[in-house]
Amino acid sequence: MTSAEKNRIKDKLFGYFGLACTLFGIIMLLVFLSDIVMKGWEKVDFDFLTNYSSSRPKKAGIYPALAGTLWILGLTALIAIPIGIAAGIYFEEYAKKSKMANFLEINLANLAGVPSIIYGLLGLQIFVRSLNFGASILAGACTLALLILPIIIVSTREALKAVPDSIRQASYGMGANTWQTIWHQVLPASAGGIITGIILAISRAIGETAPLIVIGAATYITYIPEGPMDKFTVLPMQVYDWIGMPDPEFAKNAAGGIIILLLITFLLNGIAVYLRNRWQKKVKW
Amino acid sequence: MEKLSIKEKKLEAINLNVFYGQKQVLKDVNIAIKANTVTAFIGPSGCGKSTFLRTFNRMNDYVEGFRKEGDIIVDGKDIYQKMIRVEELRKKIGMVFQKPNPFPKSIFENVAYGLKIQGIKNKKLIEETVEKSLKQSALWDEVKDDLKKSALSLSGGQQQRLCIARALALEPSILLMDEPASALDPISTSKIEDLIWELKQKYTIVIVTHNMQQAGRISDNTAFFYMGDLVEYDETKKIFTNPEKERTQNYITGRFG
Ligand SMILES: Nc1ncnc2c1ncn2[C@@H]1O[C@H](COP(=O)(O)OP(=O)(O)OP(=O)(O)O)[C@@H](O)[C@H]1O
Ligand SMILES: [Mg+2]
Repeated sequence: MTSAEKNRIKDKLFGYFGLACTLFGIIMLLVFLSDIVMKGWEKVDFDFLTNYSSSRPKKAGIYPALAGTLWILGLTALIAIPIGIAAGIYFEEYAKKSKMANFLEINLANLAGVPSIIYGLLGLQIFVRSLNFGASILAGACTLALLILPIIIVSTREALKAVPDSIRQASYGMGANTWQTIWHQVLPASAGGIITGIILAISRAIGETAPLIVIGAATYITYIPEGPMDKFTVLPMQVYDWIGMPDPEFAKNAAGGIIILLLITFLLNGIAVYLRNRWQKKVKW
Repeated sequence: MEKLSIKEKKLEAINLNVFYGQKQVLKDVNIAIKANTVTAFIGPSGCGKSTFLRTFNRMNDYVEGFRKEGDIIVDGKDIYQKMIRVEELRKKIGMVFQKPNPFPKSIFENVAYGLKIQGIKNKKLIEETVEKSLKQSALWDEVKDDLKKSALSLSGGQQQRLCIARALALEPSILLMDEPASALDPISTSKIEDLIWELKQKYTIVIVTHNMQQAGRISDNTAFFYMGDLVEYDETKKIFTNPEKERTQNYITGRFG
């Protein structure tokens, strides 16, 4: 056998191996999803969405948890998006080569890898206790905002980096200052990437349970939060609570909760993909 | 070459040395450029033409490790002084880059950008300026029906003419052009050369080119650079027929470089 033939066989084998790995991942996911859907689909109806928690599984719904999740999502986004984008712009457009920026950058990369429960401890100390927010929506949102901030900053930087320097040069050459250049040229050209990063970061925040448990979020809430200082629970915590119940009927509720959680995540990711494709079509170099 | 009085000097470099980090790319360059003339910068690749051109509107400020000694004078003012606002400076010095770099926006928005950042909101004025600039750069007929189209859908040559229109929209008094025709076909090239002839009435133009015939056709004066030195600067006629230095002679006739 010549070495060219050998290489070709190796190439083929690796191709099959990769295919098998991909299929394995997809099949596991499908098995898991179909299991959840089979168990929980019968639960998903209007009542399930609008009922409060109950000790009787047939009557129990996710209304407070869904409302809590939406509250947390909204407030987290409100806090994390402006700070994250501003920090990303600072790093990429203003502080490119200072020592300070370098130092911060290394720490940022580390922050993105810190286990989420550590953020929970941080949030407990700072927001719940020192700032006296209590186990409120605000404390939860601040904690999750901290958690996703590094992701937003990093993805914003990547998006800004993808804008060719010649665009900035052209803008400066016309007498624009740095802010005008960023606002009129760099941000519009990178909006697709930035928005995609934000949405992915937020869809990560939806699933987080550990930091919220640590800051003391309730699992059993009998009212709908009306302001940021109210106590709250979120979908993953409700699901976790139900799974721990002795009555096996609650497992169906848990599956139903997971379905809703997944639907929200898929929806957000779908929007992210849509926006990315739209902007890619508009902006081509 | 005739001596210029202070008033006649539009652009001037005095004992200019430029460094990128440790590397010196311009060595003790002295030049004075007269208003309403076309000056060509020629010389082999890497000799510092673009770098020199970009010192006149301070575009080198963004290059890491850039450092200069000596002075650059525009309209009698040292432009590297602290008092100078670069944004103001660049409004009166238009620049066309070596590679076409339109904004990923519509044709109209590209040309209107300079007015927009100056805070001009008068729609009629903007529309008139866009049309006038596109006509000046000989692009109007090709795009007039489709000003909303993305600038990136234009051909390379059209993009470059768009970049020229964009610079003209600000009505600068100086135009710096870095090989503006290197990506163009002969027809667009000659359009741009005609354009440069016309613009000369109102503008002071400095153009970098690798095309000797082009330099000969359009420029009044020519500066020949070699490895960071300004070897010879004189009337184009003289440079191309009877240069003082042998280096210049060799380069012009294509014996090296
Ligand atoms: N951003 C930079 N950082 C470091 N060195 C640079 C940079 N830009 C240019 N140089 C160096 O400076 C020298 C002059 O470059 P410049 O671009 O001015 O040459 P040029 O005469 O315009 O060449 P060309 O005809 O190829 O455009 C070159 O040796 C180049 O390697
Ligand atoms: Mg060059």
